[in-house]
Amino acid sequence: MINKVVNNINQALIGVESNMTFMFGGFGLSGIPENAISKLSKMDLFGLTCISNNAGIDDFGLGLLLKRKQIKKMISSYVGENEEFERQMLSGELKVDLIPQGSLAERCRAGGAGIPAFFTPAGYGTEVAEGKEVREYNGKSHILESALTADFAFVKAWRGDAAGNLIFKGTARNFNPLMAMAGTITVAEVEELVPVGELDPNQIHTPGIFVQRILQGENYEKRIEQRTVRKRE
Amino acid sequence: MALDKNQIAQRISQELKHNMYVNLGIGIPTLVANFIPTGIDIEFQSENGVLGMGPFPFEGEEDPDMINAGKQTITTLLGAALFDSSISFAMIRGKHVQLTVLGAMEVSENGDIANWKIPGKMVKGMGGAMDLVASAENIIVAMMHSNRKGESKILKTCTLPITGVNCVKKVVTNLAVLEVTDKGFKLLERAPGVSVEEIKNLTEADLIIEGKIPEMKL
Repeated sequence: MINKVVNNINQALIGVESNMTFMFGGFGLSGIPENAISKLSKMDLFGLTCISNNAGIDDFGLGLLLKRKQIKKMISSYVGENEEFERQMLSGELKVDLIPQGSLAERCRAGGAGIPAFFTPAGYGTEVAEGKEVREYNGKSHILESALTADFAFVKAWRGDAAGNLIFKGTARNFNPLMAMAGTITVAEVEELVPVGELDPNQIHTPGIFVQRILQGENYEKRIEQRTVRKRE
Repeated sequence: MALDKNQIAQRISQELKHNMYVNLGIGIPTLVANFIPTGIDIEFQSENGVLGMGPFPFEGEEDPDMINAGKQTITTLLGAALFDSSISFAMIRGKHVQLTVLGAMEVSENGDIANWKIPGKMVKGMGGAMDLVASAENIIVAMMHSNRKGESKILKTCTLPITGVNCVKKVVTNLAVLEVTDKGFKLLERAPGVSVEEIKNLTEADLIIEGKIPEMKL
């Protein structure tokens, strides 16, 4: 077994530099790597390109990096919950590449899977297709989308072991397994780091080969964006 | 009387068929889940990675690791499955999800839909909408017939940046049920008490009207 464990977030982030490209797992605030984001937001790193489905909210998630203007470019599918983001985007301070969510997921997967590009129908005939090659398959038009990779991918899992194997919980899985594949260095923070042998190999979502560093996370807030409930009858 | 949002959802629920996999967008479409006809089994997919989505949790049982695409806390039903975003969009792009219900800002007579961007004003992103409209076999739009300024959202050509081309099959508004045909919008049903003439006056696009147009049954 190759041991991937690092003892703290400082070790986990060795090698991060300004102007790098980072991926962050998560959908909204669900499944985001809270420990990595918190630490990065306190470091003197600027000019970052960040790939993440969403951009957090004003005071949490990637909103923390936006507030300090650490991000130069954002690649996302939906950024609606963040006023500071919208302000920086409309003023031109922040470059934004909005891409369809399924294309974003597949571009990360492709990046990790050694597929440089693929054709998809999503976005054909729209702004998203501008400048992209169009090809017809089965009578339908598709556009060429390229793979995405990153210098670092930051992901968060429910449980993991020293070999880097990961299991996610609920809908907190989302982009995490895809981005784990696409990082040159993938840092996985987990709610529970368990002894090797405790995870059932049949149940692993992300095999350890995709993970370079694994860390026992701490102080998870796990904020809920839209608390919706029903009354007991 | 024009329909309210719940009645639009109720009318759309009549389009659900037994054992269908359905993706509901944010807004009026979400309400469709409250009107599933008895005897019909539907499985709801949410593109952030769940199939077999159930109702909102009871108070105190919210789980931050269990949300829908609108970031609302949800529950799962027996037989549910969880997966990553790439598998989720494989279900969508691969046409395994059979019906998509979406909100829209504009729909044009060739089935184009605009629902993601108002240049200079609202630039939140398309989320999963472009993938959904590019692939779903059956797309129903749920929306109000006019915008807040009173302008028709049923148009000859969309004026806003489009989300997808030639994809909408049916539109249910507070005034009418419209089918998108090769020749344009065909008026299928009108809201109770709303006349064909009123619908025509409030619609920018031309309408194909054949015979007597029935009232919606709710």
